[in-house]
Amino acid sequence: MRGLAALYVQQFKTTFASMVQYRASLVIWMISHVLEPLVYLIVWSTVSYTGGGSVGDYTTREFAAYFIVLMLVNHVSYTWIMYEFEYRVREGTFSVTLLKPVHPIHSDIADNISSKLITLPLMVLIALGLAAAFHPLLAPPMWAVVAAIPVLILAFMVRFLLEWTLAQSAFWTTRVTAINQIYFVLVLFLSGQIAPLTLFPAPVQLVAAILPFRWMIGFPVELLLGRLSPVQALTGIGAQVVWLAIGFALFRIVWRAGVRVYSAVGA
Amino acid sequence: MTSAAIHIRDLQKTYVVSERESGMKAALQSLFHRRTTEVRAVDGISFDVAPGEIVGFLGPNGAGKTTTLKMLSGLLYPTAGEASVLGFVPSKREKSFLRQITLVMGQRNELYWDIPATDSFELNRAIYRIPISDYRQILGELTELLELEPLLHKPVRNLSLGERMKCEIAAALLHTPQVVFLDEPTIGLDVTMQRRIRTFIAEYNRRYGATVLLTSHYMADVEALCRRVIVIHHGKLLFDGELASLVQKFTAHKTIVVQLENPNADLSAYGEVVSYEEGHYTLRVPKADTARITGRLLADLPVVDLLVEDPPIEEVIEQVFAQEGS
Repeated sequence: MRGLAALYVQQFKTTFASMVQYRASLVIWMISHVLEPLVYLIVWSTVSYTGGGSVGDYTTREFAAYFIVLMLVNHVSYTWIMYEFEYRVREGTFSVTLLKPVHPIHSDIADNISSKLITLPLMVLIALGLAAAFHPLLAPPMWAVVAAIPVLILAFMVRFLLEWTLAQSAFWTTRVTAINQIYFVLVLFLSGQIAPLTLFPAPVQLVAAILPFRWMIGFPVELLLGRLSPVQALTGIGAQVVWLAIGFALFRIVWRAGVRVYSAVGA
Repeated sequence: MTSAAIHIRDLQKTYVVSERESGMKAALQSLFHRRTTEVRAVDGISFDVAPGEIVGFLGPNGAGKTTTLKMLSGLLYPTAGEASVLGFVPSKREKSFLRQITLVMGQRNELYWDIPATDSFELNRAIYRIPISDYRQILGELTELLELEPLLHKPVRNLSLGERMKCEIAAALLHTPQVVFLDEPTIGLDVTMQRRIRTFIAEYNRRYGATVLLTSHYMADVEALCRRVIVIHHGKLLFDGELASLVQKFTAHKTIVVQLENPNADLSAYGEVVSYEEGHYTLRVPKADTARITGRLLADLPVVDLLVEDPPIEEVIEQVFAQEGS
């Protein structure tokens, strides 16, 4: 464990050093991360405003809260591993990684957390700016704020494991972009990213409850908005734990098979 | 178990590659039916390398050198045969195995592009769990041997190809691996840089007793470093032995360079005149006749100087492949 901790610390320093080299792309990345929830926020605020101040069980100010919190939750659980993995396999740089006596997922986790810690202060500033502009209604109970800590960690772990596993499709096919597109559309609709899931018809909500996407994004947002009962929160944590177990099992199976394929066709 | 650092028996690697004709029709057909062919990259080779040995691994492009090195470092699963490195089965990729080997590939990089090499070195220190005192010592030695000092604190993207290669080699050796696979470590470098890297490899081998398996297209690398060479072609082993006996085995000729007092003689009766330059004749003669022809030259002509040489190693290797190819 101490060895891994040292690796995480070192990866943090390396990621930090690399990131500050790319100030321009850092800003562009941040803008894209803010822009998407901002667009939904403006669209839904407008819809709500013209609809007499609410849509479903969300008022205009609650929409504002939803999308500002979503931006922050997404910042915590977001990964870019699917683009990264494709590049590694295509360019053959994965071979260098495979020669290392450490599972490559560790460097990726460390790199992901590092990047986010580095950009977090700016994200918080932006959230505060948006709050000043859109006056969100946000008053979660204390227990929900405390519960949000493990929920966010679980959301990150589930999303990271699933996307890392899916990214390994690059071992089998060179058309990873198509798979990514399908995945992103599913996430967009079934995680609560494009709109709160309670606004969708019941069957869609059921599908969303079964699939993992809601537990990676929508569920922490709803919790932080104070929209869930303690029982609902516990059920959600249960779903996250189940998906974490599934994700871990898939990750192990796919990794073993993937490396075999990579090693068979010419690393 | 075997006492050899590297041991392979009947090692094979077959790739399955899909192929199709160009054009729309073929593209559509390939949607439903993929035609595949098998390519035998490595076709049953066997050899042992003793601990501390430096062996040159030679062959033309596509001979199977890199495939073999990748199998030995655990990147590729062999199709058949056995391989063991330091007693480990490479394809299992055990951590204790990976900690003791390295593979340096000329075109692959493990340094972060935008940050100084030392930052990447530090990351490797954490990955290989090198104790800080050992790390400082080895980094000091590598810095001295490869003259890295002025390069360490510049972003890698600002280094020249040769400078970057030196840093790559240092990064790959920080954990002082016992077995070093070098795939074209001097490719694309100028002569001075090639020589420096060569000297370094010899010194690393001497200091750490490391086993080195080296591929290179530059015969100067091989001549300077390897007493023993293994030659493969089309995935098969052609020769395994001392460099000197490779020359013996595959050359039917020797070169006689002779300088005469009167520069206008006709020497074609003694052998094939390969060149004539400022009074120096270069003759190619059958190896078996070398002594006799030398004797005749000395007896018949006013010889100022005479030198009997083996042909250059490049020529020998070329001949080996030409013979096999025909």
